[in-house]
Amino acid sequence: MKRTPLYDTHIALGGRMVDFAGWAMPVHYPSGIQQEHIAVRSDVGIFDVSHMGEIRVLGEDATAFLRFATLNDPGRLKLGRGQYNMLPNDRGGLIDDLYVYREKDDEYLVVANAANVDAVLAQLRAVAEAYRCHVVDESATWALLALQGPGSALLLGRVIQDDLTQLRKNATLTTTLSGCPVRVSRTGYTGEDGFELFCHPNDAAIVWDVLTDAGALPCGLGARDTLRLEAGFPLYGHELDATTNPLCTEFDWVVKDKPFFGRDAMWGAACERRLVGLRMTDRGIPRQGYQVFREGVPIGNVTSGTLSPLTRESIAFAWIDASAADEGTEIAVEIRGQQVGATVVKPPFFG
Amino acid sequence: MQIPENLRFTASHEWVAGPEDGVVTVGVTDYAQDQLGDVVFVELPEVGSEVAAGDAVAVVESVKTASDIYAPVAGSIEAVNDELVDTPERINEGPYEAGWLFRIRVADAAAVAALLDAAGYRRVVEDEA
Repeated sequence: MKRTPLYDTHIALGGRMVDFAGWAMPVHYPSGIQQEHIAVRSDVGIFDVSHMGEIRVLGEDATAFLRFATLNDPGRLKLGRGQYNMLPNDRGGLIDDLYVYREKDDEYLVVANAANVDAVLAQLRAVAEAYRCHVVDESATWALLALQGPGSALLLGRVIQDDLTQLRKNATLTTTLSGCPVRVSRTGYTGEDGFELFCHPNDAAIVWDVLTDAGALPCGLGARDTLRLEAGFPLYGHELDATTNPLCTEFDWVVKDKPFFGRDAMWGAACERRLVGLRMTDRGIPRQGYQVFREGVPIGNVTSGTLSPLTRESIAFAWIDASAADEGTEIAVEIRGQQVGATVVKPPFFG
Repeated sequence: MQIPENLRFTASHEWVAGPEDGVVTVGVTDYAQDQLGDVVFVELPEVGSEVAAGDAVAVVESVKTASDIYAPVAGSIEAVNDELVDTPERINEGPYEAGWLFRIRVADAAAVAALLDAAGYRRVVEDEA
């Protein structure tokens, strides 16, 4: 298994290590998923997400290339800003979802899911052949930490010199933290205010220690998953995959009306099923793969589900027949052979 | 990790106390609760139901996953720990005490003696680690 620069730190903290996309990652620390989850909702947590991939795209056609290769429009980004984006395949589905930061007029940094870095690189390089630009894998040259929670601006502000009140959501700044060069972006995957910090792998442990000494609670991938689900964010491999059309989801806003790779397969397709949120009305926890029913007829499957550590309600994402996708529709999830009542709701599941 | 010497165990990480007056108490081991992480949901068997050894009779769910709990021996369900429905975290806090799951009136007391002792269960855990 591959190790992030913080592997020894995770071991020393008692992290429960699991194989995540070929990486040894902490699913939680001795504090447990629930306490880590609540820390991010009420205070500050810190995550090692160095397993994610960083890909630089640069060259005079970089903007035109990314406008065609991806579904959102990186050409609309001001310098130093980032956007949520998706990489389409040629069948109306997705290769990955991405974050794209504009570094210069003709230079971008693309952040991809760990499991998909190779596929994203292959697709970007194939499409880039028709453009004057380069696609460079920088995954090994970046560590990535996520500092998340309502107290994260106050905490980060105590350890860097910059005025974070001026840093808007999706904006970035370059600074130093304990002498380490750090690229700070006001982004995250938890539904809270927060920052993602890109730094050199050799500096990762210093940055981590400064932030945890200042009060950030180490959080594992388990809490990252429950937080993103509660916040209504999709996870590739669950809500999104090679067969899912983003136009049949609440994330259709990502898809801009412009020429893009695979547009014909995606744009014209009818939405026979839709991605919806579910809240259980009877007792039980929906899990990935569980079948969804309406009046005894199977209409789809749960893609992610959990008991919300914050609200104590059972919540899920599911792909279901479009005819049952209206908010408030009464449906059921089959849990161990029993039909357990649920309602279609619009995420987020809290606040 | 605690493995009390006075209990019997299964390879699927249940512990068994007793029998006392023909009734055993069953729960999940300290190792099992540690592997599960925060327990958030418990489904218990019906009192009075007949169970065979190896039947999946209860479910313990953590934030991440659902785990079946198996009847270590045959018999009838004598009692269940209803308090776990509202406070499932007791399984994490005290797997051998407040976190007990159910009691079985055993059909055959010899079946209890045939379960793993503490040393046998320790080997199971060491093999998994």
